[in-house]
Amino acid sequence: MNRHGFLGDVRKNKTLLLMLIPAVLFFILFAYVPMAGIVLAFKQFNYGGGIFGSPWNGLDNFRFFFESGNAWMVTRNTALYNIAFIIVNNVLQIAAAILLFEAVGKWFRKISQTVMFLPYFISWVVVGAIAYNLFNYDVGTLNSILTAFGLERIDIYNTPSYWPFILVLVSAWKALGYGSVMYLAAITGIDTEMYEAAEIDGANVFERIFHITIPNLYPTIIILVLLAVGNIFRGDFGMFYNMVGNNGLLFSSTDVIDTFVFRSLTTSNEIGLSAAAGFYQSVLGFATILLANYAVRKYDKDHALF
Amino acid sequence: MSAAMTNEKTGNAPRGAGKKQIDRLLLTIIGYVFISLLAIVCIIPFLLIISSSLTEEAKIVENGFQLIPTAFSVEAYTLLFKYPAQMLKAYGVTIAVTALGTLAGLFLTAMTAYVLQRKDFKWRNKFSFFFFFTTLFSGGLVPWYLMIVNYLDLKDRLIVLILPMLLNVFYIIVMKSFMSSIPEAITESAKIDGAGDFRIFIQLILPLSKPALATIGLFIALAYWNDWYNALLFISNENLMPLQYYLYKMLGNMDGMRKAMVSSGAVVTMNIPTESLKMAMTIVATGPILLAYPFIQRYFVQGLTIGAVKG
Repeated sequence: MNRHGFLGDVRKNKTLLLMLIPAVLFFILFAYVPMAGIVLAFKQFNYGGGIFGSPWNGLDNFRFFFESGNAWMVTRNTALYNIAFIIVNNVLQIAAAILLFEAVGKWFRKISQTVMFLPYFISWVVVGAIAYNLFNYDVGTLNSILTAFGLERIDIYNTPSYWPFILVLVSAWKALGYGSVMYLAAITGIDTEMYEAAEIDGANVFERIFHITIPNLYPTIIILVLLAVGNIFRGDFGMFYNMVGNNGLLFSSTDVIDTFVFRSLTTSNEIGLSAAAGFYQSVLGFATILLANYAVRKYDKDHALF
Repeated sequence: MSAAMTNEKTGNAPRGAGKKQIDRLLLTIIGYVFISLLAIVCIIPFLLIISSSLTEEAKIVENGFQLIPTAFSVEAYTLLFKYPAQMLKAYGVTIAVTALGTLAGLFLTAMTAYVLQRKDFKWRNKFSFFFFFTTLFSGGLVPWYLMIVNYLDLKDRLIVLILPMLLNVFYIIVMKSFMSSIPEAITESAKIDGAGDFRIFIQLILPLSKPALATIGLFIALAYWNDWYNALLFISNENLMPLQYYLYKMLGNMDGMRKAMVSSGAVVTMNIPTESLKMAMTIVATGPILLAYPFIQRYFVQGLTIGAVKG
């Protein structure tokens, strides 16, 4: 026990506490006060009353959100997109990492890795410009190619059914470099003695990959995938907004919770509805991340978030 | 085959070394083909944008964007550099925001991380949880937005592009784990010499943390450089538009682009090559990153691998 009690501790740690003040203030202002602002989901917002002075309206906002059918649509889209991203991105990244490590020469590896890392560095706005270049109806490259072969133009920005494929490809494209670097690091960390032993046993390269490399990656894969699953109800706003924007024709297959919340707030100015959808997402997200963390903990305590 | 024969004679390859070599060759072919394809897919969009920005507008309207310019023209760039006022303003905003945000963010990240990893700091776990909890649960967009617009009154101020992104829990955690690898004896002996905690941090810990500072600084700088979201939400004043948001606006509507060129000094009646100009603007807005990233990517690799280990 400390003889001076709480005040003595404060005095002893005075400088350290002072050094924490900016960060504490930051998270109070930008995280904890907004967290309390979640009560807005149960209120009829008006600017005069603000977050805490507006009158309560019970579950009206939620009723509106769920009865419009939007809740189910955006939840389904968010979860399905994230599941597709997790599967496609990880498979591609692991395949790329294994081939970079096992199959290609040093120079080729360096150069191709640098090239594959490029999409990671650009903003979603630039990705939007690339999509415009590729998919625009009148001047898009894809349609240039189609017409050059005498084929019909396709109207991608008016056809919802193309978008799941496009968005999965774009997500894989942007994350490839980042993810394969991470997996490459994990592969490099595998004990080389195992490979030497396999060599002596006469294993060929494919056996090596499937019996040593991939099993050794399981811990990394499981942890990365579980953590990603924890974020399954968080949509990548930057991607969806810059690829699709406010193009309502595509919403049936592209609208995720985040874009819905954004539009309700900024375009249709339905603040209560937006807050309710945001609350719904936060609670759902909190529950899934706790579950995912529980799963990681069971699997490997050291890698759990908390 | 001759190598395989000798191997077989020595007898340490039960399955036949010839088969093994064929497998290796097969994997090598798969590797080069697959990786080349991925690399091509990663780079082609950029080549398309460059090529499109260098194509004569009339040809784009006629044939669409193409990988190889059918009629070479630097018209779009000429126009862009002849009337650069708006673009320069956006560049200025982005450079200012990136420089200030990175310096302030990096300093605060390091200072916070230093305190949290001090083993003699009594409440380090409590504070760590206080920060970490914000990554698990949030109030969502609306209260955050209202906090910034209605309570802090930051709309249309330059600082709104800096403040909301100043600290990131993930960077604090990475910095913390790096700093805990610095021997504690350094802090201990400085304390015996009578140095205060803040001085120890500034004079001893910061210089020793240079590798982590470089890595995290670059992550922060990239986030600021590429940010358009805060501008989308909080900026309507054209003079405060950062580069990416300016590009977003220009891509979105041709009228906006015409207006921007006019307010930069172009003549109203002028025939503006909108398609090639959009692509040229994309190149000019991405240029610094395209040029710098091959040299700085190794720091990102370091950061990612520290992050992967520490989760």
